[in-house]
Amino acid sequence: MFPGQFEYHRAASIKDALDLLKRYGDDAKLLSGGHSLIPMMKLRLAQPAHLIDVTKIAEMRAISESGGKIVIGAAASHDAVANSSLVRDKLGLLAEAAAAIGDVQVRNRGTIGGSLTHADPAADYPAAVLALEGEIKLERDGGARTIKAADFFLDLMTTAVQPGELLSQIAFAPIPTGTGYSYQKYPHPASGFAMVGVAALVSLDRSGKIASSRVGVTGLGAKAFRASAVEAALAGKAADAATIAAAAARTADGIDALGDIHASSEYRAELARVYARRTIQAAVARAKA
Amino acid sequence: MAVVPKFVGERIKRREDPRLISGTATYVDDVRLPDTLAAVVLRSPYPHARINSIDVAAARSAPGVVAVLTGGDLKDKVGGIPCVAPAEHIPFHPLLAQGKVRFVGESVAIVVASDAYKAQDAADLIDVDYNPLDAVSDPEKALEDGAPVLHEEFGNNLVTRALVPNPAVDEAIAKADKVIKFRIVNQRLAPVPMEPRGVLANWHQASGHLTIWTSTQIPHLLRSGLAAVLGLPENRVRVIAPEVGGGFGAKLNFYREEALVAYLSRMLGRPVKWIERRRENLAATTHGRDQITYLEVPVKKDGTVLGIKAKFICDMGAYLQLLTPAIPGFSGLMMTGCYKIPAMSFEQVMVFTNKMATDAYRGAGRPEAAYIAERTMDMVAGELGLDPVEVRRRNFIPKEAFPYATCAGLVYDSGDYNAALNKALEIVDYPKMRAEQADALKHGRYVGIGIASYVEICGLGPSVMLPPKVPGWESATVRMEPDSRVTVLTGISPHGQGQETTFAQMAADAFGIDIDDVAVVHGDTAIVQYGVGTFGSRGLSVGGAALMMSVGKVQDKLKKIASTMMEAPPDQLTFANRTVALKSDAAKSIPLQAVVDAAYGWKMPIPGMEPGLDATSVFEPAGCTFPFGTHISVVEIDPDTGVVKFLRYIAVDDCGNIISPLLVAGQVHGGIAQGIAQALYEEVVYDENGQLVTATLMDYAAPRAQMLPRYELAHTVTPSPLNPMGVKGVGEAGTIGSTPCVVNAVMDALKPLGIRHIDMPLRPEKLWRAIKDAKKA
Ligand SMILES: Cc1cc2nc3c(=O)[nH]c(=O)nc-3n(C[C@H](O)[C@H](O)[C@H](O)COP(=O)(O)OP(=O)(O)OC[C@H]3O[C@@H](n4cnc5c(N)ncnc54)[C@H](O)[C@@H]3O)c2cc1C
Repeated sequence: MFPGQFEYHRAASIKDALDLLKRYGDDAKLLSGGHSLIPMMKLRLAQPAHLIDVTKIAEMRAISESGGKIVIGAAASHDAVANSSLVRDKLGLLAEAAAAIGDVQVRNRGTIGGSLTHADPAADYPAAVLALEGEIKLERDGGARTIKAADFFLDLMTTAVQPGELLSQIAFAPIPTGTGYSYQKYPHPASGFAMVGVAALVSLDRSGKIASSRVGVTGLGAKAFRASAVEAALAGKAADAATIAAAAARTADGIDALGDIHASSEYRAELARVYARRTIQAAVARAKA
Repeated sequence: MAVVPKFVGERIKRREDPRLISGTATYVDDVRLPDTLAAVVLRSPYPHARINSIDVAAARSAPGVVAVLTGGDLKDKVGGIPCVAPAEHIPFHPLLAQGKVRFVGESVAIVVASDAYKAQDAADLIDVDYNPLDAVSDPEKALEDGAPVLHEEFGNNLVTRALVPNPAVDEAIAKADKVIKFRIVNQRLAPVPMEPRGVLANWHQASGHLTIWTSTQIPHLLRSGLAAVLGLPENRVRVIAPEVGGGFGAKLNFYREEALVAYLSRMLGRPVKWIERRRENLAATTHGRDQITYLEVPVKKDGTVLGIKAKFICDMGAYLQLLTPAIPGFSGLMMTGCYKIPAMSFEQVMVFTNKMATDAYRGAGRPEAAYIAERTMDMVAGELGLDPVEVRRRNFIPKEAFPYATCAGLVYDSGDYNAALNKALEIVDYPKMRAEQADALKHGRYVGIGIASYVEICGLGPSVMLPPKVPGWESATVRMEPDSRVTVLTGISPHGQGQETTFAQMAADAFGIDIDDVAVVHGDTAIVQYGVGTFGSRGLSVGGAALMMSVGKVQDKLKKIASTMMEAPPDQLTFANRTVALKSDAAKSIPLQAVVDAAYGWKMPIPGMEPGLDATSVFEPAGCTFPFGTHISVVEIDPDTGVVKFLRYIAVDDCGNIISPLLVAGQVHGGIAQGIAQALYEEVVYDENGQLVTATLMDYAAPRAQMLPRYELAHTVTPSPLNPMGVKGVGEAGTIGSTPCVVNAVMDALKPLGIRHIDMPLRPEKLWRAIKDAKKA
């Protein structure tokens, strides 16, 4: 496992990183935790001539609250997110997803920006970021744009990030009190990634009916997605087991499920339905508590 | 002076561990010699292809490159990899492919450069023109007419056919109340040691000496093999196994890269190092198991098993490694397990396929046998409506019958199978557990209780049981140094087993000295007398016995000298607390150091006695030891997902006397982990075209801590009569007991659904599908 030759650059600021990106163009890759990029380089599936490390840029590691939003720097490690008291208090679903990633070593190095940009179909974060309707900020030379999580994931390992762009931060509205949430995954027995992972947020109205729900699913298809059929089937209904089961049964509708030796597409689809049911149930139980 | 305690039998922490857990151990890759070159191997992406041509020109002229070799460069210059086990067809096993590749990962070329990065850059420039051929990965298909033939010179893919006939089995089948038939598979597994393989070779031109550091379990046997392949005298070859990070049988071998790197060092006159990458480890280090077995089991209505008849299809892979065709024999010979089954017969068809070679993997043939025996007992119980405990009890070899000659011709040294079973049943509270299981079922919960009473072969073994050039004896030298510290040189080559601890415990007690006063040296053929190595749970029972022989010789000499100094007969003397003392009166003693001083000749009291205090011995065991035990697991299956959850895991193992309880627990823990992994997770998968699907650890499901239950361990103690310590061996027991125990538990859980058998690994999807189909029916 020996990568090809490359030059390493440590960016001091976002501007610095963007300048370097501009200078080296297609020959450069941004380096965050390196836990997806470096394995690809070792297999020589990626052979960038320049790596631009963004993890020493202080603002990209920061986790803060501003303007009523929780803002997570793209280079914040999974461990930092999982253990931030701010995230745990106001964005518990994201902390749960972060804590479900890999093992301690992976969580210490891997970052949210790297995970989202890499867009592995089995990554944990995307389900939670979709359900939380994160707003993803992309910077480029001379400007920035913010796009919704729902518009971010395009296909297998393909996102809306354009050449020359850098993902700087993700902003979230805090989870309102009284909204229940849960992230549950079935870990792939070899990789530990999500064979399926479901993130659910549920809020109930005064009568105990489901006022709103958001369900993000990862692992099942080529990209993570919002299970809108499930959300529609829950809307306005009693939060009972039968409703939840009927709604969860629609989790895989219209999805071209992935398959491998550990789980065929048919089985993965069933796992997604089961995990959706369990996750929504857990979210409802928390909403009631 | 403080009293020196006893060490044998005490919970001693492993003396190896501080260096291992502080990252200061020296593995092959940690050995740094000046001017070392790095080697990278180019491997075949094809399972089966003819090599039309290889263009290495660009690679040879790439920066930093010193040499590039292909199969053609080695032709007639160097021997092939040996297989010492007998077989009808043993193909030439080249160091680099000769004209044809036969499995994904087969070495095609090797590049040597100033560093590994440059070597890899150059390897990427090699242009191999392959002509892909049809491949075969299914061993049953490989035997069919028209199957692609791997080695044309043999005309077909047969390696060898082994027959152990016995007409009594057919008579039993004709007379039986019932004959139970089934087919089971022991799937192919990858040993996945934490440290992959690695080799550093240093040819010393002026003296004509070759030194090889390699991650191996058998430094001495490898020295002999390397010398033969390279055409060097054995006394000019030194093999060093430094710290070895696990082997599990995969490093009980002689690999292409070991010879290649040595050859290159000699050719270039510089040190050359090759370190295996994980992908190479999964593709080109031996695999284990891969046997299909068809069984016929005649039984009486009361559960008495009258015989076992088996046909095995054994997948050997593309080439034969050191012991490849020897492994299945153990599966056949041990398949009657703990049972007094009067007759058995088997046929084994060993087959070439376009896959990596199989060879020893933790248990090496016995896990397959135990799986057959223990699935058989549960099948019998299931078909006859009997309790699996009852069926086992009915067929057990009774404890009065030992030593017991089995119908396969093995002699089991000692055993008390009921004792282990009873203890396990007591721990799990069997009647209560069965009641809870029935209750759970009423609530739609599928709980299963699995039992496996295993017996296995350890202490390999008398030399006659092993192939030529892999003898069964072991050696040890014990030297009491002038300062009365002890150095032990052992011929075994521990790589995680912990004999630096156990041997120190034994020697310390024998001489009445502290454990820290004993140094155990192994794994260097220039320092240690010729030995055999570590495999088949032989380290303690064979290597330890050799140690005790040498200990006895040094003790005798010390006693003789002390006897003249103390004016007491030697047989009245003992060693305690760094003294030689009268057995009858410990107060009457002289310091051990005074006797040692005398022995080294400064004040030698016995005229004519040879000065010095060392002895070398070789122990040739009279027979193998047969450890046994009962494992019980309780599992629950989630019918929605097919996921297996452990509720309990109990292991009662009998490895004879226990020298080091913590080490035994460690061996059992690791063994169970690998055995559970076979039952539930692991499988090397090649697709039908021979492409390796489980090429990385992202696909190959090696177990991790969170996938495993908490273990409840207990023991019974039935000493072996075959060695002075009364030990049996415990390196593989956990692996052997756990696999059938877990499969039996899962099948027991699914019994109410009418499910009889599902092949391993019991992936959730398979169980989910079986449950779904059963509920539909
Ligand atoms: C053993 C192991 C187990 C793992 N288990 C899991 C798991 O269970 N669940 C899971 O979800 N993940 C898992 N991962 C993946 C891990 O979470 C990675 O950290 C993550 O996928 C990528 O994040 P990174 O910071 O390491 O990104 P990098 O590897 O540094 O980068 C990934 C890609 O994103 C680009 N990039 C990085 N930062 C930016 C940025 N700011 N803007 C634009 N582009 C950027 C890079 O150029 C590269 O293309 C595992 C990884 C390993 C090695």
